[in-house]
Amino acid sequence: MARKTSKATLALWTVVGWAAGFVIFFPILWMFLTGFKTELEAYSTPPTFLFFQWTTENYVAILEQRNYVKYALNSIILAGGSTLLALVIAIPAAWGMAFSPTKRTKDVLLWMLSTKMMPAVGVLVPMYLIFIWLGLLDTHIGLIAVLCLSNLPIVIWMLFTYFKEIPKDILEAARMDGATTWKEIVFVLTPMAVPGIASTVLLNVILSWNEAFWTLNLTTIDAAPLTQFIASFSAPQGNFWAKLSAASTLAIAPIVVLGWFGQRQLVRGLTFGAVK
Amino acid sequence: MATQKSQAIGRIAIAPSVAVLLVWMIVPLILTLYFSTLRYNLLYPDRTGFIGFTNYTYFVTNPAFTTAIVNTLVLVGSVLVITVILGSLLALLLDQPIFGQGIVRLMVIAPFFIMPTVSALVWKNLLMNPVSGFFAWIAKSFGLQPIDWFAQAPMLSVIIIVAWQWVPFATLIIFTALQSLDLEQKEAAEMDGAGAFSFFSWIVLPHLARPITVVIMIETIFLLSVFAEIRVTTDGGPGQATTNLAYLVFQQAILNTNVGAASAGGIVAVILANVVAFFLVRAVGKNLDT
Repeated sequence: MARKTSKATLALWTVVGWAAGFVIFFPILWMFLTGFKTELEAYSTPPTFLFFQWTTENYVAILEQRNYVKYALNSIILAGGSTLLALVIAIPAAWGMAFSPTKRTKDVLLWMLSTKMMPAVGVLVPMYLIFIWLGLLDTHIGLIAVLCLSNLPIVIWMLFTYFKEIPKDILEAARMDGATTWKEIVFVLTPMAVPGIASTVLLNVILSWNEAFWTLNLTTIDAAPLTQFIASFSAPQGNFWAKLSAASTLAIAPIVVLGWFGQRQLVRGLTFGAVK
Repeated sequence: MATQKSQAIGRIAIAPSVAVLLVWMIVPLILTLYFSTLRYNLLYPDRTGFIGFTNYTYFVTNPAFTTAIVNTLVLVGSVLVITVILGSLLALLLDQPIFGQGIVRLMVIAPFFIMPTVSALVWKNLLMNPVSGFFAWIAKSFGLQPIDWFAQAPMLSVIIIVAWQWVPFATLIIFTALQSLDLEQKEAAEMDGAGAFSFFSWIVLPHLARPITVVIMIETIFLLSVFAEIRVTTDGGPGQATTNLAYLVFQQAILNTNVGAASAGGIVAVILANVVAFFLVRAVGKNLDT
């Protein structure tokens, strides 16, 4: 900052900034606290903030009764599997477009982007029927394929923007030294591409973990991830706020942490490089 | 230097992606188009046959359709206005000297990483419940009658929840753009004696035009098909009050098992999204130098 900041200005902005941040963050904080209350206390008016009887009974109950572990495993399988599959398909494509661009490359990229614009409801009916016909409803394979395909354009695009920044001179130098295409990929490109791939993985895991259209419509029990598990709380039976909060905290914790690390990548991935 | 050989390898490398995306885009879309011309209800498998545009007229003349279109536009429009205004203000705020700026930023962007079913249910129960919710307690503390959010203002409630999820995205994009404002530009403006106000309106605002456009277009794509938030809070109700186009298609397809009508609705949704996509692709394409 070139502008000099007086102590008063710093204090003012600090107060305003923290207040705004707190208001936005409050629902998450409140959910986190409620997860440690008894059901009775979760409903109490006036609400208790910090001085209540902290308890982990909701977490114990969730982990024991609600099949939480199975849903969490499904989330991991779906997010991990779809990301892996997307990488296998996208890395060669992004590599090809970044290093041997043709006149068509730009059009191909834009066309890929346009497939992401297709609203899911537009193809809900045929996807549902295809899943019934192929026996894919509520299976891991089916969901992994759908999640992979729906994020593939973003993955290709992100990898492309990263690969494009790898200097081409290095490749030529390697080629002069007699490196084959294969060696080029393994020893020269891969080490330089790893950071970009890591960022792409991060964003894709976040997107598939939170995906809530296909997972709600195409799964019921066997392949159902945490989005479905939380949705089951929308039909309340008895007092359940504290358990809902505990379950929600468990469901979002890994992704919020990942997201905090990956905020820059998020901007890049979701704006297709249009904002730097 | 792209040689002929490397171009050939490049084409082979791209082929799988193009192939799967082509199948992913074309097959379901053609099936949707095909179903939309059929009499096809999963409950009455014996009644079949080509019926032309009847599904479209049925879907479009259904009073629920007009409501759904209006609801979709209201939802998208309101969330856009709220997120762009709040997002810009928050981004400008984050750009100020703040002690612990990193932590404030983490708090502001956190809602974006919350899965839709979680944020919807937490808001609906913990915050907006008319008896034990946090907002009810605030209202009562001021001696006011608590609002029964989902009964009295169902659409507003959904808008608030969705806006809360998307404010971080707008903030993050606009903030990133703000930070790329050259430090030199800032200094030069100060040297020229530009006041805070003229600096803002002549340098900052024009610089924000682009990220705001991007925010609007990308959010529109996602907001046109808001689904999970409605599914777990209102189920489209009360009545049709929070049924958007995506939810109406879902109702026709899964709840009414009317494949034909749902397909017609799906095509309408695709057309609507394509109008938006057209502008987005043009804006992004301008920026793309390969």
